[in-house]
Amino acid sequence: MTLKSFGSVLFFLVVLAALAFLPFYAGEYVVTLMIGMTGYVVLATAWALFSGPTRYISLATVAFFGIGAYTVSVLSETLPYVLVLLAAALVGLVVALVVGLATLRLAGVYFVIFSFGLAELVRQLVTWYEVNITGTLGRYIFLPVTSDGIYWQLLALAAATLLFSWAIGRSRLGLALKVIGDDEVVASHCGINIAGVKLALFSVSAVIITLVGAIQAPRWTYIEPSMVFNPTTSFLTLIMALLGGVDRLWGPLLGAIPLFLLFEWLSANFPNHYPIILGLIFIAIVFVLPNGVLAAAERIFSKRRGVTVPAANQGGAL
Amino acid sequence: MLTTTIISGLVLGGTYALIAMGLTLQYGIARIMNLSYGEMIIAAAFLAYVLFGQWGVNPVLGLLVAVPLGFAFGYLVYGLMLRPLVARAASRESLEIDSILVTFGLLFVIQGAMLVAFGSNYTSYNYLNVGIDVFGAVIAANRLVALGLAVVAGGALYLLFTYTLWGTALRAVAVSPRSAPLVGIDVNRAARFAFAIGCGLAAAGGVVISTYQTFTATAGVVFTMKALVVVIMGGVGNILGALSAGLILGLVETFVATYLDPGLTLAATYLIFLAVLLWRPAGLFGRSSR
Repeated sequence: MTLKSFGSVLFFLVVLAALAFLPFYAGEYVVTLMIGMTGYVVLATAWALFSGPTRYISLATVAFFGIGAYTVSVLSETLPYVLVLLAAALVGLVVALVVGLATLRLAGVYFVIFSFGLAELVRQLVTWYEVNITGTLGRYIFLPVTSDGIYWQLLALAAATLLFSWAIGRSRLGLALKVIGDDEVVASHCGINIAGVKLALFSVSAVIITLVGAIQAPRWTYIEPSMVFNPTTSFLTLIMALLGGVDRLWGPLLGAIPLFLLFEWLSANFPNHYPIILGLIFIAIVFVLPNGVLAAAERIFSKRRGVTVPAANQGGAL
Repeated sequence: MLTTTIISGLVLGGTYALIAMGLTLQYGIARIMNLSYGEMIIAAAFLAYVLFGQWGVNPVLGLLVAVPLGFAFGYLVYGLMLRPLVARAASRESLEIDSILVTFGLLFVIQGAMLVAFGSNYTSYNYLNVGIDVFGAVIAANRLVALGLAVVAGGALYLLFTYTLWGTALRAVAVSPRSAPLVGIDVNRAARFAFAIGCGLAAAGGVVISTYQTFTATAGVVFTMKALVVVIMGGVGNILGALSAGLILGLVETFVATYLDPGLTLAATYLIFLAVLLWRPAGLFGRSSR
């Protein structure tokens, strides 16, 4: 391990520790804010984990997020908490495998379309089941989990996701993914099992997203399908990851933090015009920063140093 | 019971065919995957609602306002937002990704504007809500008008595309965007027109839907989804395919809603979608290119 990489590992650990001790010296409001922010950091990073290298745009984030939250609400009184989380992850995995097997072998646009409607489908199925079989629409969650506990769990999940993302980038799987993203024909000639690799990564990403929903569920105490399957969640995750840049480890994180704060402020000050502003910001990002902030910053810095680097992936949004 | 189901299925299917034709033009000719399509439909539905409620304008006449407005809106959106993306796109895939992202943003802008203007309540109005006896089944007159409008608009479009030089040029762009310029077709102009006509059809679909269904500002996603399913079933860019696939989907949904449960219609749509994706990815009537 070189000195530089040792330094960055140390820095990562110090920041993580500082964040972990946050509830002891910050107020309730800060913890609540941090829960939301950490949640979106995980969502954006997990989203980019699959969509960055493969360039498949998943609009199904909230489908998995909602599945996680709903599983917790159904099982919270019958199983111990750890098993509930495991069950949620398992349900997310099964749905991801079914969706992935059906759509990932086809052209990317079919996947986008299917994921676009998946949240709506799951929401309607859950609503139908609740109304016809159980006879109620909402559910209560009474779990002895404090907001500090939720924050710590999310922080651990964030650290694990970042570590995993970093490890994938250095593994054979990561290399295979990069080849697939650049040219599928070349990838298949190299003997890469394209469908298998995509499916594996999509499942991992979906399980992480499901866990975010599951961990955050006790915050609400009362949940309804229309609350946990809100399409804005998918939209925010997508914007954050794109702003930061999906093909870099820290990209989604750097996109998630400023945008989360901005959206908090916007939703507090302009609750009615919030979706319009959101849409306009999103269109602006696609136009101005097609490869994300980090890529743009790197280009500017390298220009200043007098080095010309070829701008990679001109024109593509991801 | 059966006759009623079949006729309401045809009405619904006619509407789906109408809106899917617009989307198939946008995706097949202009190469734009428009995720805000459903929002455009709902916007037109609100327009018809305002015209009818405030000024008492009959929805059939309302079409004369909504369709040109939709066309103009599409023309503007293509020129301002999508043309720059087409110009910078390196390949078809990158244009597809960019257009999906930008129209996803547009979805929230239009939806947000409608929420501000009309709120999130269910909206509907009473137009020709009288029963008419058709082959022993009683059907609301507004549904028959809707079916008639869908048939007229769809038929006119089909004839236009099949028998005029202009329509042939547009189809040529759909088949081979690279060779079309060789025979003197302005591909950019064709794409812009196709996108604008698609928006005009979305507006027509919205007005038709508003005559017999309740709608909300956030219902657009479902319409986009159904239109997309019909487009893929019929084969991208295939107008006749969209027409027949729309009718099939309408019939299936109505049968599911009548004999199973109204809450399961979207699930049925998805099941059909999955089946088509797995067995006939090029569409029910397309030759497999894979």
